[in-house]
Amino acid sequence: MTALLTIIVLVFILVAIWQMVKIFDLAQAKSENSQVATDKDNTINAYLMMAFLAFIYIITIVCFVKWGDLPLISNSASEHGPGFDNLMIITFVILFIVQTITQFLLHYFAYKYKGEKGRKALFFADNNKLEAIWTIIPVIVLSGLIIYGLNTWINIMGVDESDDPLVIELYAQQFNWKARYGGNDNTLGKANVRLIDIDRANILGLDEADPNAQDDIITTELHLPVGKPVLFKMRSQDVLHSAYMPHFRAQMNCVPGMITQFGFTPTVTTADMRQTPQIIKKIENINKIRVENSKPLIAKGEEALEPYEFDYLLLCNKICGKSHYNMQMKIVVETQEEYDAWIAEQKKFKNSLIN
Amino acid sequence: MSAHADNHAHDDDHGHHHKETFVTKYIFSQDHKMIAKQYLITGTIMGVIGVIMSMMMRMQIAWPEEPNVLFEALLGKWAPDGVMDADIYLALVTIHGTIMVFFVLTAGLSGTFSNLLIPLQIGARDMASGFLNMISYWLFFLSSVIMVISLFVEAGPASAGWTIYPPLSALPMAQGGSGMGMTLWLVSMAIFIASSLLGSLNYIVTVINLRTKGMSMTRLPLTIWAFFVTAIIGVVSFPVLLSAALLLIMDRSFGTSFFLSDIFIQGEVLHYQGGSPVLFEHLFWFLGHPEVYIVILPAMGLVSEIMATNSRKPIFGYRAMIASILAIAFLSTIVWGHHMFISGMNPFLGSVFTFTTLLIAIPSAVKSFNWLTTLWKGNLQMNPAMLFSIGFVSTFITGGLTGIIMGDSALDINIHDTYFIVAHFHLVMGISALYGMFAGIYHWYPKMFGRMLNKNLGYIHFWITAVCAYGVFFPMHFIGMAGLPRRYYTNSNFPLFDDLANVNVIITIFALIGGIVQIVYLYNFFGSIFFGKKTIQNPWRSTTLEWTAPIKHIHGNWEGEIPHVHRWAYDYSKPGHDDDFVPQNIPLKDGEEELQH
Repeated sequence: MTALLTIIVLVFILVAIWQMVKIFDLAQAKSENSQVATDKDNTINAYLMMAFLAFIYIITIVCFVKWGDLPLISNSASEHGPGFDNLMIITFVILFIVQTITQFLLHYFAYKYKGEKGRKALFFADNNKLEAIWTIIPVIVLSGLIIYGLNTWINIMGVDESDDPLVIELYAQQFNWKARYGGNDNTLGKANVRLIDIDRANILGLDEADPNAQDDIITTELHLPVGKPVLFKMRSQDVLHSAYMPHFRAQMNCVPGMITQFGFTPTVTTADMRQTPQIIKKIENINKIRVENSKPLIAKGEEALEPYEFDYLLLCNKICGKSHYNMQMKIVVETQEEYDAWIAEQKKFKNSLIN
Repeated sequence: MSAHADNHAHDDDHGHHHKETFVTKYIFSQDHKMIAKQYLITGTIMGVIGVIMSMMMRMQIAWPEEPNVLFEALLGKWAPDGVMDADIYLALVTIHGTIMVFFVLTAGLSGTFSNLLIPLQIGARDMASGFLNMISYWLFFLSSVIMVISLFVEAGPASAGWTIYPPLSALPMAQGGSGMGMTLWLVSMAIFIASSLLGSLNYIVTVINLRTKGMSMTRLPLTIWAFFVTAIIGVVSFPVLLSAALLLIMDRSFGTSFFLSDIFIQGEVLHYQGGSPVLFEHLFWFLGHPEVYIVILPAMGLVSEIMATNSRKPIFGYRAMIASILAIAFLSTIVWGHHMFISGMNPFLGSVFTFTTLLIAIPSAVKSFNWLTTLWKGNLQMNPAMLFSIGFVSTFITGGLTGIIMGDSALDINIHDTYFIVAHFHLVMGISALYGMFAGIYHWYPKMFGRMLNKNLGYIHFWITAVCAYGVFFPMHFIGMAGLPRRYYTNSNFPLFDDLANVNVIITIFALIGGIVQIVYLYNFFGSIFFGKKTIQNPWRSTTLEWTAPIKHIHGNWEGEIPHVHRWAYDYSKPGHDDDFVPQNIPLKDGEEELQH
């Protein structure tokens, strides 16, 4: 019924628009009903062009002011993060300048040179000098961006084995994550999904005969010691997933049949991150929204939403099926002592098997 | 200037010798003008489906898991009590992408205008092969029908994203949509590719062989250059997608392991061994990236032509425009890896693809500056087509600039597959190409239907659409930078993103208004076929040959001899002439020099 009413309302609106247009048509000079723009149309649309330019500027400013300082952009929690953020900011400044100027020229020209009967346009078909200028300027700017960008990319992707990184496997399956630590020897045991034995609780397919696998530790939370380089080895057992850790400016796909890797060094513990002004402000805001959203729930007799506390997150960021939207794992960055205490509590692989 | 094509053989059989029945005229027509209209109307219908899908997705994102009458009415069992199911959300994502990219912006845009304009603007009686042209359309129609039928499959339509990455798309146990739905998707796309190839071959042959006397390559309107190069890219890259689709069909149905290896799903190990999903990604994007240029180049061509006509000025830098089209076409085939920076591909390859990708910004910048200069000191006629052309340049710049961020492998790490990329490509290829298409429709509607579209409805259509396009996609960049992944059915499991919910509501409201206002356009389009004001011969006072052909469509395009061409397509406001335009078929005056463009 509602749908029908909506349709009827829409039809009425359309009829109204049509009528308005008809009146508009009739109001125009009688001979000028050719549906080709007249000087009056040119003028009206020229002014609208300037208004539209203002709209673009306003929406740009509003977006940057209201949402441009999201903690995710400014608060990185990894060693390479600031490099990434700087590149982002520099690129943004350049784009912002280009965008502001070109949009101005486009809309201003549309306004300034609106058509008038009897005026003739300038016959200006070519100018090699001008074209050379606007080929060379982008070449220079882009060369700078390419060199800077590639430098950053190589920094991020280069894995320095001599740092003796903590090796952790990220294991993806529909629709959850597991982490596997190498144990005391910091070496991951061999594994293949063909070795999965659910009955014996060998859920990641570790090679039970491999001595390196015996002390491996499988967890459902990712704990990282602060300041220690980490090298992630990614695996997936079913479809493509992507391990996305936005706070660390880190992401890599998990591909069935192959091991991918990504390394970074976390620099801020979860506890410290919760104390940064941006995060405090963000969390306050989020909790205010959650209180607001809880009101209708309470009215219905349901439980209110829990207050939120900040945690780093690992999200799945490659479409992977029905529950893709809820495939996440908590990441905890903590001091070495806290990490050691936590890892000591976890079960070793050989002890977790069911015989 | 001596590449005069020989048209004599064709000259003899023009016109009205053989009788046309209803079927040969309106259904199995071999006339390029009718086929263009068929493409346009089929594309429009698919577009309506695609837009309705996007509006449903936006409503789900803004008001997640809330009952909605529209869902209940349109989704049936997929929306019990009006609450959208998570599976169907992914299906909407997938089919919306597929329909808009291939069925609307490839076939609907390129199919319509290549067919309409190539013979008319180069001075040919018809396409090189009218029969292949007809087959091409009907294969497209068939693939559209199959795609629509796939929406009604029991287990759901394809829902692995329009990129259909295996193993998700290959394994029916991974998701409902990877069963019959995906089979139909693949069949439909295979037929679509066949259609596209037949069309492209026809366009290439026609442009090379059937130009009228005097129509050298450097006198071609930029529309024709754009269609020509687009067709070449299509011929180069579409077969690769076809092979990817065929190999995927083999993996799905015949147990091969091209893309699959070491899979454990739903409690069992599958037999696949040795394949790689990354191989599929390479094959897919070898088409997938050129595809965005297949979409945008024709729009660029249309916009160049419309801008020159309505500015009453020559297009600025005609040769640079052609050179940049060619540069874009070449580069487009060696940048596909920028979709795969974090796919597990060697990071060194990522560096190479970053380099080639950012290079594309150069010809794109040249084109943009040339359009700006075309407006400078013009005498702008603000017809709806012109407004859409200006809108095109605006969204192309806004969306194109963020490409410099996406194409930078280092920056891509953190914004890959977030809403940032959704905003980027919707602006630069979605909205821009749609604007190009609308511009083309408003401009050539009189040529297609012999009547004019109502300009005031056109103004309403443009301005509301323009505001909504920015309202939807500009804020979307920012929720992407905040880390919000795309293709999430709901964000309510991530309190971290709670403060972005209101942005999503704003975006959805703009999207709904922008979607609904398209009804004004549809009304104008279909109404004017019957009730529009009758057009005059050359309503926009344009120089190109199509406006010398009679308003009433005749088979063979021109009665009598085909006009000969004596000048380039952009003699607007040329000094020494009284009128502010000189059609291409007017001989040079005594002592007049053709511009050394």
